[in-house]
Amino acid sequence: MHLNLTWRFLKVWQRNMLVFRRFVWSNVVSGLVEPLLFLFGMGFGVGQFVKELNGLPFVAFIAPGIIAQSAMFAASFECTFGSYIRMEFQKTFDAITATPISLDEVVAGELLYGATKAVLSGTIILSAIFMFRLVPGFHWTALLVPPAALLEGLVFAAAGMIVASLVANIDNFNYYITLTLTPQFIFAGIFFPIETFPKAAQIVAWFTPLMHAVRLSRELVLGQPVHVLADAAWLAVVAAILLPWPVVLMRRKLIGS
Amino acid sequence: MTTPAVAARSLTKQYGDLIAVNALDLEIQPGECFGFLGPNGAGKSTTMKMIYGRTPITSGQLTVLGLDARREMRAIKGRIGVVPQEDNLDPDFSVLENLLVYARYFGIPTAEARSRAADLLKFVQLEEKANVNVGKLSGGMKRRLVIARGLINRPEMLILDEPSTGLDPQARHVVWSRLRELKARGVTLILTTHYMDEAAQLCDRLVIVDRGRVLTLGSPAELVARHAGPWALELRLDPAHHAAALAAAGDAPHEEIGDTLVCYLPGQAEAEALTSRLRQSLPIISYQARPTTLEDVFLRLAGRALQED
Repeated sequence: MHLNLTWRFLKVWQRNMLVFRRFVWSNVVSGLVEPLLFLFGMGFGVGQFVKELNGLPFVAFIAPGIIAQSAMFAASFECTFGSYIRMEFQKTFDAITATPISLDEVVAGELLYGATKAVLSGTIILSAIFMFRLVPGFHWTALLVPPAALLEGLVFAAAGMIVASLVANIDNFNYYITLTLTPQFIFAGIFFPIETFPKAAQIVAWFTPLMHAVRLSRELVLGQPVHVLADAAWLAVVAAILLPWPVVLMRRKLIGS
Repeated sequence: MTTPAVAARSLTKQYGDLIAVNALDLEIQPGECFGFLGPNGAGKSTTMKMIYGRTPITSGQLTVLGLDARREMRAIKGRIGVVPQEDNLDPDFSVLENLLVYARYFGIPTAEARSRAADLLKFVQLEEKANVNVGKLSGGMKRRLVIARGLINRPEMLILDEPSTGLDPQARHVVWSRLRELKARGVTLILTTHYMDEAAQLCDRLVIVDRGRVLTLGSPAELVARHAGPWALELRLDPAHHAAALAAAGDAPHEEIGDTLVCYLPGQAEAEALTSRLRQSLPIISYQARPTTLEDVFLRLAGRALQED
């Protein structure tokens, strides 16, 4: 496959960022409130009963996982509903591809934007975690959380856009979200250590991106890098495998070749 | 010899078994306004989409502004403007921002884009709406903005897919006057339409296409003379009497659409004479004698083809 890709894809990203800046407060509020509600609700609610998990206060155990889950949902929503609305209802892709920008560049710009939303979302939660002192101490490795969110964001952006190129209508995203994202949210080790799972379930969990993103985020935030390289490599390999597919499938869907 | 704005040789587009454009041969000259007429599904839009690179060419050759449409589409897109059939303005932005963001796609520097956008908003009479969200514009204003957007890169050629479909008569005339102004400035215009009056108003030359094939090509006046004759008599009467009316008309060239019979005659005198004869012998519901138009050409060529389906 010959990829028709130049730096021009940044202009597509730039267009989306301009819209983002326009609605920055609604974006920040919606991106922040739900994860924080989880953190405080689960952290202090369940935390009343679960005093410690792996030697940590319950809220400190789940907080880094919430970063990873908010990054997952941010990239996923952007590259499913967001991209689909721009493509099918607003015809933004058509408008842009009538200029010297190629469809490949539009798709690349959308993917980078989805990943950017993951980084922004994860970074906001990270800041909140330190602001409210939800985890003990500060470790310099926490500064690597945004790049980790970028990797995770690329994985979920690509997966979302693959789905966006295949669905027959916008309601079908609900299948993708409830059948693949929500289970990851529950079973990726955000709320309890996956080591408590049966061995078979642990193996299944290993194949889910969120499990690696959660562990990566947790180890970086808590300054205990054990699996960091392995998890980052896992996400990078999966991102590399997934990223060409949105281009291939969007070409098939929109151009017919 | 000047390079044609568009040159197609055996240009073909096939979707599965359906041949949307069938071995089209065509040359469009720089500076002319060229129209594609035809019923829905005739292949007008598909041809346009191949010209502006929206859909791949199945076979044949196509050059646009002297560049190969297969290999040099990015360069072509930098030099043409596109006004698509569906308004695809960016609803997240204001009128002005739509132009500025679009300018970025062409790599136009911001200061230059601002100055061009100001000129274009004046050109399409939307200066006062510069900061209004595009969702608040009327259909006519949106179409004018899409035209302005299509001009942001100072294109040598503007491609318009049904530029006035869905607009009220006043809005259509505003669009037409802007297009004439562009033509006066030397911009090549290519448009599709199924409004005969639009084609007659704007086009220097046009083709009537049906099922992917060119039925006829020429200036509006040439086509009328070639295919319809100068005068038409439109009769509404029970189809049972059509044969009798035709016999009285001396088997003149004609078209039947439901209860309407249109006879093509050499002149006004013949039309009036025939009318007075028929009114005495047949129960005519209504009638109209009029000069022929492109509508008649279309009816004779594409209309007949449609009836055969």
